[in-house]
Amino acid sequence: MSILINGSTRLVVQGITGSEGAFHARKMLAYGTSIVAGVTPGKGGEWVLDGKIPVFDSVKSSVEVTGANTSVIFAPARFAADAILEAADAGIRLIVCVTEGIPVKEMMTVKHVIQEKNVCLIGPNSPGLISPDDAIVGIIPGSITMKGNVGVISRSGTLTYEVVHALKQAGIGTSTCVGIGGDPIVGTNFSEILSHFEADSQTDFVVMIGEIGGREEENAAGFIAESMTKPVIGFIAGQAAPPNKRMGHAGAIVEGGVGTAESKITALQNAGVQIARYPEEIPELIETL
Amino acid sequence: MRLHEYQSKDVFSKYQIPTPKGRLASTPEEAKLIAEELNTAVVLKAQVLVGGRGKAGGIRLVKSPGEAGEEASRILGAQIKEIPVRRLLVEEAVNIQQEIYLGMTIDRETGNILLISSAEGGVDIEEIARVSPEKIVKININPMLGLQDFQGRFLATEIEIPRDLWRVFVSICRNLYDAFRDLDATLAEINPLVITTDNHLTALDGKIILDDNALFRHPDYIDKRDISAETPEEIEAQKFGLAYIKLDGNIGCLVNGAGLAMATMDIIQHKGGKPANFLDIGGGASSEKVAAALRIILADPQVDTVLINIFGGITRCDEVANGIKLALNTLKTDLPFIVRLAGTHEDEGRRILADANLETVESLQEAAEKAVKLSLEPVS
Repeated sequence: MSILINGSTRLVVQGITGSEGAFHARKMLAYGTSIVAGVTPGKGGEWVLDGKIPVFDSVKSSVEVTGANTSVIFAPARFAADAILEAADAGIRLIVCVTEGIPVKEMMTVKHVIQEKNVCLIGPNSPGLISPDDAIVGIIPGSITMKGNVGVISRSGTLTYEVVHALKQAGIGTSTCVGIGGDPIVGTNFSEILSHFEADSQTDFVVMIGEIGGREEENAAGFIAESMTKPVIGFIAGQAAPPNKRMGHAGAIVEGGVGTAESKITALQNAGVQIARYPEEIPELIETL
Repeated sequence: MRLHEYQSKDVFSKYQIPTPKGRLASTPEEAKLIAEELNTAVVLKAQVLVGGRGKAGGIRLVKSPGEAGEEASRILGAQIKEIPVRRLLVEEAVNIQQEIYLGMTIDRETGNILLISSAEGGVDIEEIARVSPEKIVKININPMLGLQDFQGRFLATEIEIPRDLWRVFVSICRNLYDAFRDLDATLAEINPLVITTDNHLTALDGKIILDDNALFRHPDYIDKRDISAETPEEIEAQKFGLAYIKLDGNIGCLVNGAGLAMATMDIIQHKGGKPANFLDIGGGASSEKVAAALRIILADPQVDTVLINIFGGITRCDEVANGIKLALNTLKTDLPFIVRLAGTHEDEGRRILADANLETVESLQEAAEKAVKLSLEPVS
């Protein structure tokens, strides 16, 4: 089995009538993901994607009618936090937020609410997840990966594509690939995803792609040392980045000496993680295990 | 967005946090006039958005209005770390008994706000945090509940503030918290918060950083953004929605996605080369945007090799290839280009570039190796 998403995923797309939402909903559907509904407030009653998918005014009504259990959010930044809270309120257990640029203040509220309700939020600013052959929830292209036994976790988007593509070129497939998002506050951290992979029978190895900023990788190192029996291979982006400059992602900045690539690499190595120096070295390291 | 000291102090005043009396001057005459009004020894403080301005001569204590005018004309003509000083804060000098650190930031893991304080504030706070972390006291504030007075009192006792100042200290904590929330700040610091020799608390220096993603709620600050610390290329990049940061190497980089852009810089460094910049064109970039990005890279005189690394997802390789072609039609350059295209519409992209006599490579590793080799060759 994969983690978080699989053949029994029933997906509702929040923001399905927007250009990004429509574009990616079509791709997810073509890949075989079971999309059961879309939500755009004010457009309930319409049918989209060649008349195949019903649109609802609220997540609650979409859940009642279609039994949706997973949501993916493409709503614009100013409305995305509200969309997350709406999905959590409607009883959705897995919420994936692709939207980038949500203010931190809203995310503080969201973080507290999802913890209280015990909801799994992936993102925001996440490319989503793919369990090859089963489902895509988000924007990861289906063609760049294939089914296999490596679990992939990342804070980035295209860098994740680079890594799973390099794995595929080497004949290595993935169980599930999860982009946890590049923002300072995200719903789910590395350690939580690592524990899913540790428990997953399809996953034999885990690849963890971190980047500068915050203490997320250091915390994950602690978890790996204590609780992981499966081998973990790591890569940290931003070794050449200067301090006090934000490297694109809102979370990728080295401030006051905290969050350096060096500190993360040392912590992970001490936890027994093999560190790749560049993305294409990851499959080489897996082959030696 | 980082606020200037004077802007942070305006915020403090608005939230009843005591600050020294003073005003902003942009000419020596104004500085002299303000010093006359204050009628005491004053401190002149250069308003530039870089650290270490004190050590660079940007802060001066003067005894008389005449001296204030002279020193002001010196500082206003000077540059601090290559940034010209255009404005000075002229403030009454304070006699310091103790310097405290008081700051607020976001705790990424919990989504709480961290209230941080130390009895030893001032310029060396980062050093103290590193060497004696036990001298830093941290309190977690649940944003759903807000800061409670007992938390402020706890902090006051922990850092051993005299009992007669507790009430004022707690109100400063509360007011700083309100400002932090109202302004969508990601950092609000009073450093140092000073206990004066006549036993008052006052905010001697301040730093506030606002969440860029929330600036739409604070339109008055958007117009006040100070771009003097940014290079012309960085300003130009912002116009096109590109994330660009100049570095000191010679291999210009154009990449889609922040993580991949960092990884591309890393592999260049790993192979023995030096990246000239970080540049993320973002997702789904148009050919016009790609052309703008290339113009910015080529405007850097240090660049002698260009490495383009695109992994197409939302971004289409053919669109990027057209952008490269578009830029090369208008820009004459003899610099070598190494282009790596993978993902969405990669074959079409390669065909377009082949028409423009540009070769493409398959892997990131190969691209980096080629770029480094070319960049190390002596210029003929």
